[in-house]
Amino acid sequence: MATDSVDPELAARLQELGKDPGGTVKVDEVAEVVEAILATMQGDLSAVDVKLYEELESLSRFISEAKTDIAALRPDEVKDEFIPKAADELDAIVDATAEATNSIMDAVGEIEDVMSKLKGKNADKLMDATTKIYEACGFQDITGQRITKVVGALQHIEEKVDALLTAFGDEISKYKAANPKAEEPPVEEELPADEDLLHGPQMKEEAMSQDDIDALLASFD
Amino acid sequence: MAVDLNMNVLIVDDYQTMLRILRNLLRQLNFKNIDEASDGSEALKKLRAKSFGLVISDWNMEPMTGIQLLREVRADEKLKHIPFVMITAESKSENVIAAKEAGVSNYIVKPFNAETLKGKLTSVLGEF
Repeated sequence: MATDSVDPELAARLQELGKDPGGTVKVDEVAEVVEAILATMQGDLSAVDVKLYEELESLSRFISEAKTDIAALRPDEVKDEFIPKAADELDAIVDATAEATNSIMDAVGEIEDVMSKLKGKNADKLMDATTKIYEACGFQDITGQRITKVVGALQHIEEKVDALLTAFGDEISKYKAANPKAEEPPVEEELPADEDLLHGPQMKEEAMSQDDIDALLASFD
Repeated sequence: MAVDLNMNVLIVDDYQTMLRILRNLLRQLNFKNIDEASDGSEALKKLRAKSFGLVISDWNMEPMTGIQLLREVRADEKLKHIPFVMITAESKSENVIAAKEAGVSNYIVKPFNAETLKGKLTSVLGEF
């Protein structure tokens, strides 16, 4: 790209950006370059120059709006909150299915102990049934492998979001400062709506034990 | 010739649940001596320490995978004769071809049932 007629500072900037083809260029840097180009376009302008000027101005406006729109999506929350939470939930599924499968097999073991004392058709029937249970328990292995794949995909998304955050620099923190979250209303003042109570199963460390629940219920007496 | 049900059988899988399922199914087929390993490297150590008549291995394990274990077994003069059955969720033809080229005796895709297991073991070991 010929840069002889371009402002030397801008030319140096473009050369710097061109050193890493395929690399990540921060949105702020792109916007700065566009603005610098606009600033250099002074004096007598031809119709082509005016058209180019309009296009660049439009591009600058588009980048600015896109920055605000993407910042409003809060990719920082996706990376810091939603993805780790989803990964934890998936890990919990694997643990819970493993635990349940082992309990089932413990029970089958006890059936087999009784079965060893039987003879004839009843013993054969029990053997067939326990074999089918063992076969069915194989679901846990497959489930675990599939979930591991999903966790891998989530990690990939996390990396992409991270790259987005890097590209946006301080744009997100500027947005956060300009748009603070509304403070949560105190629980005492407003009861949660029914849909706010649909949390689904809790992670072990976050869940209340039966003892905790009993104590809480008793506190109303 | 009848299968020696007293021979040592090594089952290899990184999922404890699957090891337990395999152990129980093999026990129902009357195999008496079943040993376990959770990856290829642990399996290889056991194979070199004791005599085994059959290896049943998963593919996806760390640090040593099932296919790496198979290649190590087939490259070892003392171990290369041991029947090696792969039981895995890897069901792409390229996996089966790679396993065959590495010298696998048979290949079972997960999820499997007891009948399939017995059928494949019969084709590898003979009637039992």
